[in-house]
Amino acid sequence: MSGTYLGMPAFPAAAASSTQDARLRGNLRHATHTIRDKRARAVAELDDWARLRAAGAAVKDRTLRHLDHYLEQLEESVTAAGGQVHWAADAAEANALVARLVRETGEREVVKVKSMATQETELNRALAEAGISAYETDLAELIVQLGDDLPSHILVPAIHRNRGEIRDIFREQMARWGRPAPENLSDAPAELAEAARLHLREKFLTAKVGVSGANFMVADTGTLVVVESEGNGRMCLTLPETLISVVGIEKVVPTWQDLEIFLQLLPRSSTAERMNPYTSTWTGTTDGDGPRTFHLVLLDNGRTDTLADTVGRQALRCIRCSACLNVCPVYERAGGHAYGSAYPGPIGAILTPQLRGTASELDASLPYASSLCGACYEVCPVAIDIPEVLVHLRERVVQGGRVTRRGVKTVLKPAKGHAAERAAMRAAGFAFDHPGVLRTGQRLAARTRRLHPRRLPGPGRAWTDTRDLPPVPAESFRDWWRRTRGEERTT
Amino acid sequence: MRVALFVTCINDTLYPDTGRAVITLLERLGVEVGFPVEQSCCGQPQFNTGYRHLTEPLVHRFDRAFADYDYVITPSGSCAAMVRDNYPRIAARARDEGRAGRELARAAASAVPKTYELTEFLVDVLKVTDVGAYYPHTVTYHPTCHGLRMLGLGDRPRRLLEHVRGLELRELPGAEECCGFGGTFAVKNPAVSAAMGADKARAVRETGAEAVCTVDNSCLMHIGGTLRRQGAAARPVHIAEILAATEADAREDAREPARARATEGSRR
Repeated sequence: MSGTYLGMPAFPAAAASSTQDARLRGNLRHATHTIRDKRARAVAELDDWARLRAAGAAVKDRTLRHLDHYLEQLEESVTAAGGQVHWAADAAEANALVARLVRETGEREVVKVKSMATQETELNRALAEAGISAYETDLAELIVQLGDDLPSHILVPAIHRNRGEIRDIFREQMARWGRPAPENLSDAPAELAEAARLHLREKFLTAKVGVSGANFMVADTGTLVVVESEGNGRMCLTLPETLISVVGIEKVVPTWQDLEIFLQLLPRSSTAERMNPYTSTWTGTTDGDGPRTFHLVLLDNGRTDTLADTVGRQALRCIRCSACLNVCPVYERAGGHAYGSAYPGPIGAILTPQLRGTASELDASLPYASSLCGACYEVCPVAIDIPEVLVHLRERVVQGGRVTRRGVKTVLKPAKGHAAERAAMRAAGFAFDHPGVLRTGQRLAARTRRLHPRRLPGPGRAWTDTRDLPPVPAESFRDWWRRTRGEERTT
Repeated sequence: MRVALFVTCINDTLYPDTGRAVITLLERLGVEVGFPVEQSCCGQPQFNTGYRHLTEPLVHRFDRAFADYDYVITPSGSCAAMVRDNYPRIAARARDEGRAGRELARAAASAVPKTYELTEFLVDVLKVTDVGAYYPHTVTYHPTCHGLRMLGLGDRPRRLLEHVRGLELRELPGAEECCGFGGTFAVKNPAVSAAMGADKARAVRETGAEAVCTVDNSCLMHIGGTLRRQGAAARPVHIAEILAATEADAREDAREPARARATEGSRR
């Protein structure tokens, strides 16, 4: 694993190897089941959860419907409060903007609050290319960064690592980045946390520039909100002289009052906490309190295109709680890296192919990375019908159709590599619409049933490698009915 | 009350015993059941793989086939969910694309309210939970995803099973987790599907039950195929076949054990 998602294999190939990794499977099973059970208990405590969920979805939908209005309002209020607002159409623009803003401060180092938007744009890599060192300060992001690794979960980026692996990474890598790990570091969680705290304290106290994302942006006051549970975010948001926040445009909510809904939905869904531990809010700049300069970089990067799709746009409601990852049986077995994106799991399977498109083999495989079991939809705090969007995107892959790319409406051709499947589906469709043909096929299968092999060659191996085939009965149901009951009606 | 069986393409082709069991069960409960032969497939495999347009003729076919009936009963949670959740969606999308949406909407509107998964029909319409069944075996119940989360079958299947004489119900650990079938998912992502299936099969074996039962034969094809490949003794059985079984069947099986075994073998 080397710090970028480019050139990763399609999901089935990546998952074929990750499912064989017993340690990874063990780590993931333990972690996801623990969080899953805690979330269920935290949610069950609230009698009005269903109403909160509906309200969350409604606020997001309404805001997205009038996104142009709320973004302009946000720009006005942030500017009025002393902040500077920048607009970035894509990841490259956002990264270049941040690099320029950092260079203008004369600094070469930044401390970072955990942020999905900057993972999405791969900001750290872009900053490194510009000669700027970005230090992740969230414990799990630190583990990922020190290990030259990629995050594999939205909330718990190092979920694929266990205590022993983390100790080894700290011992071997901390010295390269700053204060080394203490001598004789063990794998006790308290010792590991203390090592990270000492290592990071140096960074917090010396950094002059902080880079963050935001969970919410309040349009009418210009307030940004970050929720976190380690306190590292609070340090990065208050100690540096300059703060640069890179935020997806869908993170805006109309009013302060709307936060009441989301600050209940988010902590219970993500960390199973009743109340979020560190909730930092800031509005522009304030003399003598916190950063003197504040830049807000508003990131599109495929969001406007996603908004143009009436089925797919619900993905923009996402508040990045990761409840869908923690209940997903596919994520649990395949692991986050198989999704080849900063957004793994069910939400990633619908977000990535919309933000990046479905041109690459990997992106086209993501909508199929689900058994459509519906557990993700059930736990989603903003009621994103993930299975509905998955099927919609499968359609985009195999049938093509109307999409918007970079603001331009275009007609997508069906993806390559589905010709045989398409032919088979058409043939099946024909047989199902001509029961006479279906009956002939059933009789043929019944007559040759003694000859059916237990293991199939070619593509059929995908089934018979691990599963027996059911034997074909001597007589189909419709033939039995005809023989014993006579035809009720004919076609 | 005109009642039709929608047997589904999988049951028709591979599991005719399940269709026969529904007929036996409903007739025993005094319901006359028809089987319009124009029926074929609900279109779920095509729809869920991304071929929505190919499902449109099947929506019309479903509507035509069952036009003369008040109730359409199907021994499949996922096929019932396909009709109920996706037929209106298919119509709405066709309308958005300017293609005969009105006819599809009419077909969906007539199909949706009369389509019932078997256990729903028994509990909600016939209002029975004791169907007079006898099945002297230990059984574990796996609630399939579409039955559980899309149809919201809740405890209906369990209530029916709990009233079956002779049946001992064993709790399935992690019951609400998907078995990993997922239609074309099983062959498009075979590694993950097999990993999920292996975990489900292990959970079934841990119960020590003689049989694992669901409301869907497609999931059972995957769970049963995995169990069988592992050489496990637990056998897959559709809930309709349990509910259709009586003491007379058990006596007949006891009298002709060889024939009973042979029948069992040909079932899966």
